Amino acid sequence: MTKNPKLHIPQPTARPGDPPDFSYIDLSEAGAIDRPPTDAAVRDIEYLATGLVRVLDDDHEAKGPWAPDLDPETLLKALEIMVLTRAYDDRMLRIQRQGKISFYIQALGEEAVSVGPGLAFEDGDMMFPAYRNQGLYILRNTGLVDMMCQCLSNTRDMCKGRQMPIFYHNREKNVFSISGNLTTQFPQAVGWAMGAAIKGDDHIAASWIGDGSTAEADFHHALTFAAVYNAPVVLNVTNNQWAISTFQGFAGGERQSFASRGPGYGMPGIRVDGNDLLATYAVSRWAAERARSGGGPTLIEFVTYRGGAHSTSDDPTRYRPKDEWKAFPLGDPIERLIGHLEQLGQWSRSQQESLEVKMKEKVSAAWKEAITFGTMTDPPFLDVELMFEDVFEETPQHLKEQRDKLLAMRGGRS
Amino acid sequence: MIQAIRSAHDVMMERDATVVALGQDIGYFGGVFRCTEGLQKKYGEHRVIDAPIAEGGIIGTAIGMGVNGLRPVAEIQFADYIYPGFDQIVSELSRLRYRSCGDFFAPVTIRTPCGGGIRGGQTHSQSPEGIFTHISGVKTVMVSNPYDAKGLLIAAIESNDPVVFFEPKRIYNGPFDGDPDKPSVSWASHPKGEVPEGYYTVPLGKAEIIEKGTDLTIVTYGTIVHVAQAAAKKAGVDAEIIDVRTLMPLDVETLRDSVNKTGRCLVAHEATRFCGYGAELVASVQKECFWHLEAPISRVTGWDTPYPHAFEWQYFPVQQRLVDGIRKVMEAG
Ligand SMILES: Cc1ncc(C[n+]2csc(CCOP(=O)(O)OP(=O)(O)O)c2C)c(N)n1
Ligand SMILES: [Mg+2]
Repeated sequence: MTKNPKLHIPQPTARPGDPPDFSYIDLSEAGAIDRPPTDAAVRDIEYLATGLVRVLDDDHEAKGPWAPDLDPETLLKALEIMVLTRAYDDRMLRIQRQGKISFYIQALGEEAVSVGPGLAFEDGDMMFPAYRNQGLYILRNTGLVDMMCQCLSNTRDMCKGRQMPIFYHNREKNVFSISGNLTTQFPQAVGWAMGAAIKGDDHIAASWIGDGSTAEADFHHALTFAAVYNAPVVLNVTNNQWAISTFQGFAGGERQSFASRGPGYGMPGIRVDGNDLLATYAVSRWAAERARSGGGPTLIEFVTYRGGAHSTSDDPTRYRPKDEWKAFPLGDPIERLIGHLEQLGQWSRSQQESLEVKMKEKVSAAWKEAITFGTMTDPPFLDVELMFEDVFEETPQHLKEQRDKLLAMRGGRS
Repeated sequence: MIQAIRSAHDVMMERDATVVALGQDIGYFGGVFRCTEGLQKKYGEHRVIDAPIAEGGIIGTAIGMGVNGLRPVAEIQFADYIYPGFDQIVSELSRLRYRSCGDFFAPVTIRTPCGGGIRGGQTHSQSPEGIFTHISGVKTVMVSNPYDAKGLLIAAIESNDPVVFFEPKRIYNGPFDGDPDKPSVSWASHPKGEVPEGYYTVPLGKAEIIEKGTDLTIVTYGTIVHVAQAAAKKAGVDAEIIDVRTLMPLDVETLRDSVNKTGRCLVAHEATRFCGYGAELVASVQKECFWHLEAPISRVTGWDTPYPHAFEWQYFPVQQRLVDGIRKVMEAG
């Protein structure tokens, strides 16, 4: 008797109306996973791809060999950036709802995936972020006013009105231009790192994509090239459990962790608690050191949860339980860092409250300044000629003609 | 138009057990534009399949299913994201019949929302139809209304040839006459907004004369069909407006008869101009109608830049640009 093969259709553990169920996420105790030397052979450290590196335990104490030696000032700085990121997101979301910007994407619940790793790299290292890594831009001192002006497509917009909101770039601070096309920047980061090695400097590159994005061929291109050439690059997968409406099982996360792809290609894969800032920092630091000293690439999977909607065009109550985030076993990255700082005696609830007020005020002040450079409905407006610039280094004749035609139609003014 | 597209799936999945749909977020969620809502519930998870985010994978596996006797309808979430699947379309889907002398073929339909006018910036606004008409081996369709959308989609699914099926997302919920300051209107009051319930087809390869006229012929498709209608009225001309509908293969006859009658021709589309589909339209009309032409054929198109976010309405061929184009053709010669 033969049995017909039947397709397996991945099923999330909970849909709207069901109680949240995260029993599918394998957890390790804080401090339980060994920290190998940064030059360890891949075959000796495959356990990193299936365990979960955690530093902070349930009592907010830092445990085990991965606990980094971050001083309280750095931890407070990390907290401030995360709180500022959340305040910025909150404000921009409301501004989008008021119709003042066309679109927005929050990083709610994933702030430690940008800020922890961000602190682990050097200024000269090149970052290739995804659209949910605004924390990286903020950490690297991209002004809030500049970020808001980008979202407004106004006269101070770094993208000169060409990009939808949130597709920032910051050349001066080595943060690459975000693409709307998923995963495209993963092999580009590898190429940048190869370039650094070819030129003989010691800068490294890092890139971030989502769990869903690992399904794209570019993910495999990136890992193949990184492994073949031992490129000095850190490849990050933010596993926030969801890709719009499809849960991470549709990218193949059901049977093997995303980190496990690393050893398959011959590079370390590390699965880490993405809501534990100390752990996200420590693992990135390890990978950065390995890359900088010639040890090659590392694939890191940050286990976290997308606390908000995919974007302002999405309604997650259609496909997942409303209160799922509350039940997520790894909690809220900001709350956990506050707990740790309190436990160290470095922070109090009242200090936290005043920090939040301060960050909100900072965001409000930035917004007031940003709109003086115009909004989508209020002047000043960008010059329409800008549409035709930067297609090429020098504008070819046919584009000049098209530009002049448009200007003539508009009565010569722009 | 969304309901019409959903209904085309429904009718075909009901009639033909080999019809399956696959794409990102199309199953449980019903698609980001809701074109497949309710279908997974009705036909099950093995026929309405949520796919990983891999356009090359979606199109590649659709080809395999097609070779194995299924009729896959693949949704690519935005036309702007079709490129990772481009190799599968160009090198495989379009050539399979040719290289195997008809022994193998894949009756795949690839549906994808295209076009701008929704503040989607450069990664949610593109009109790449001209890249696909250039391939030789895939039929290419762009729809302009709900009635055609359903009839053409059914014809596409039934076709043994692969079809790339473009759905301008700006007109998913109602026609758009090219004036962004006007409030949106629904399909309810449009003659082609009414869609019969059951099975019917609109043949592939046939253009439609949307409006009869004698002054000039406007050849267009997609969203711009509606813009052209409004612009002709505004310009006060008696235009014959042709909705090309199937871009490849092109219904040259309908174009020829019309332009030979009017002697003037304006070609319009939303896509960029250089090597755009309009160039083929101009060349075809020129070849067929040269001795009847009273004025040079003219084009109104998107500019040759990526689709900008802030300058959406300076980029889009809005009503006024069509009016200017019409006047130019009318005044020449
Ligand atoms: C090539 C490509 N295909 C599809 C899309 C549409 N899309 C935008 S975001 C998204 C989901 C991505 O999920 P994930 O990688 O998990 O990142 P997250 O949004 O969870 O941060 C999809 C399908 C796209 N932007 N690019
Ligand atoms: Mg995700």
